[in-house]
Amino acid sequence: MKKVTKEVYLKWYEDMLFWRKFEDKLAAVYIQQKVRGFLHLYNGQEAVLAGSLHAMDLSKDKMITAYRNHVQPIGMGVDPRKVMAELYGKATGTSQGLGGSMHIFAPENGFYGGHGIVGGQIPLGAGLAFADKFFNRDAVTLTYMGDGATRQGSLHETFNLAMLWKLPVVFIVENNGYAMGTSVERTANHTEIWKLGLGYEMPCGPVDGMNPVKVAEAVSEAVERARSGGGPTFLEMKTYRYRGHSMSDAQHYRTKEEVEEYKKIDPITQVLDIIKKEKYATDEEIAVIDQRVKDLVKECEKFAEDSPYPEKNVMYDVVYEQEDYPFLPHKL
Amino acid sequence: MRTIQFREAVAEAMSEEMRRDESIYLMGEEVAEYNGAYKASKGMLDEFGAKRVIDTPISELGFAGIGVGSAMNGNRPIIEFMTFNFALVGIDQIINNAAKMRQMSGGQINIPIVFRGPSASAGQLAATHSQAFENWYANCPGLKVVVPSNPYDAKGLLKSAIRDDDPVIFMESEQMYGDKGEVPEGEYSIPIGVADIKREGTDVTIVSFGKIIKEAYTAADELEKEGISCEIIDLRTVRPMDHDAILNSVKKTNRLVILEEAWPFGNVATEITYQVQSQAFDYLDAPIVKINTADTPAPYSPVLLAEWLPNHEDVIKAVKKVLYK
Ligand SMILES: Cc1ncc(C[n+]2csc(CCOP(=O)(O)OP(=O)(O)O)c2C)c(N)n1
Ligand SMILES: [Mg+2]
Repeated sequence: MKKVTKEVYLKWYEDMLFWRKFEDKLAAVYIQQKVRGFLHLYNGQEAVLAGSLHAMDLSKDKMITAYRNHVQPIGMGVDPRKVMAELYGKATGTSQGLGGSMHIFAPENGFYGGHGIVGGQIPLGAGLAFADKFFNRDAVTLTYMGDGATRQGSLHETFNLAMLWKLPVVFIVENNGYAMGTSVERTANHTEIWKLGLGYEMPCGPVDGMNPVKVAEAVSEAVERARSGGGPTFLEMKTYRYRGHSMSDAQHYRTKEEVEEYKKIDPITQVLDIIKKEKYATDEEIAVIDQRVKDLVKECEKFAEDSPYPEKNVMYDVVYEQEDYPFLPHKL
Repeated sequence: MRTIQFREAVAEAMSEEMRRDESIYLMGEEVAEYNGAYKASKGMLDEFGAKRVIDTPISELGFAGIGVGSAMNGNRPIIEFMTFNFALVGIDQIINNAAKMRQMSGGQINIPIVFRGPSASAGQLAATHSQAFENWYANCPGLKVVVPSNPYDAKGLLKSAIRDDDPVIFMESEQMYGDKGEVPEGEYSIPIGVADIKREGTDVTIVSFGKIIKEAYTAADELEKEGISCEIIDLRTVRPMDHDAILNSVKKTNRLVILEEAWPFGNVATEITYQVQSQAFDYLDAPIVKINTADTPAPYSPVLLAEWLPNHEDVIKAVKKVLYK
């Protein structure tokens, strides 16, 4: 694994803080009805992304996930202003305003979505890996899913095929305890989700998903295995989401105390504590980072606000590659 | 008369039927402890217990099929999909098993099951979460497809759907659950396959169903100010279709506009258009106009969605066109 240096810690701190504040901003503008539809936020789960990115070769590795997907593309190098603009439904958004919150795509940065149907992205991730293997690209695809998604048939069929064909894919379940209002205990007669890999003899295991170092270690090992022809791995990240499932969730299924317990092991705080303890940065230097994060979030908001809405013809232009596709009229 | 919400009408219909018949259960994601993702089963876990109001993991294929299997063996399941977009994951069990079992077994095994949940668009939810599948299911022999547009119809039709001995697809809308309407206290049901004239009129017939019919009401109000009288027919059931109700109205008004929230290719409006031209050709004074959603997946952006989704202005335009105004 690449060493976790002072620079890595500082990057983790700045990245994770930015992701957190970016999501907080989205929650705020959602309440102002500038962003609509469903909005699923990542607060609390940032260590999974930070640690994973450390293990990836961003020049060729790929990522695919579900609808809790705003900050992953940013981690992969996408301009965060474009992600914000997508949520505003603006022409400057990652999908020109067509996809919205649940459907961020940025293939140039190796980010393949952004998927709204629970479990739908699992075979797609294996398919991305299939193509990389087919073309000898030496690349690995990280395929993320929620704990709820592991109860879909798509996971089981895909696990079998990915093992059968030794596809260069890492399956990562972000077990944040709940699928909407349903706790993991209420979805199966076992709670150690990683053990699902055992039935397919897929290397698998649990990981402390609140600690980016632990995540980076586990994902690095899995990525190396995949890259060297050893096939898939299934990792269960034990993590937690601080916010409701989406913005309309009253959260009667859990206690405030439970949320507070997890905030005690907050990934950003954990990283900041190490930075301070190891004296990787002074208080002043940390304040500079904090300010930079604040400014960038503001800039994203301003960019999204100021951007134009898409032209109406875009709705048709993006459906087919064929340029003169004969669409049916739908009204006078 | 008392006024209740659409979601309450749905819960009442299910609860009354479950009190009457012990073989009925409700199964789906978040239906029990969460009281339904849209609170359409509020209080039902408390009343009927976890044996009959059953939360599932996110496993649409599995629980749709378990529903069908149990219906082969004495149960009368109500299977809730959080939305019909997600039913696609389990549609094999609906089309290949629920719809076919009676026919394949030579009439030996019937499937008394209801698959219900919201359908079609519900704001800026984008492509995968805004799909209307009424016409997909209506295309399939063996199924019945019911799409109510108000609380009264929802309760009466859901009770009939639950009592029906064949599989029924019952489609609601996230955007209707909060709608209020008059629903009597006592027992009643509405037969499947019977359309309802929601407004009588003389100049033009507007056929619609589901939540989009509200755009027809708004249009009719506007047009009335201009002296144009619209007759609005709510199909309520898409399959089997009440052709007589449509034909009788068209024979009176001689003009037809169809408003359907669905992609334009081969939809319910297309079927109505065929039936009317073949059975009432001589009565038509203008070509039929149908209004649908755009021929694209639903876009997220508010400006595009407004263009994609039909509205009352589109209905007004269409009515004026068939009236040559
Ligand atoms: C096939 C399908 N069924 C149901 C839904 C509705 N739904 C959206 S998110 C969700 C919960 C998923 O939970 P989990 O997989 O744990 O991911 P998390 O939200 O915790 O990140 C459900 C039921 C859906 N989008 N797709
Ligand atoms: Mg979860």
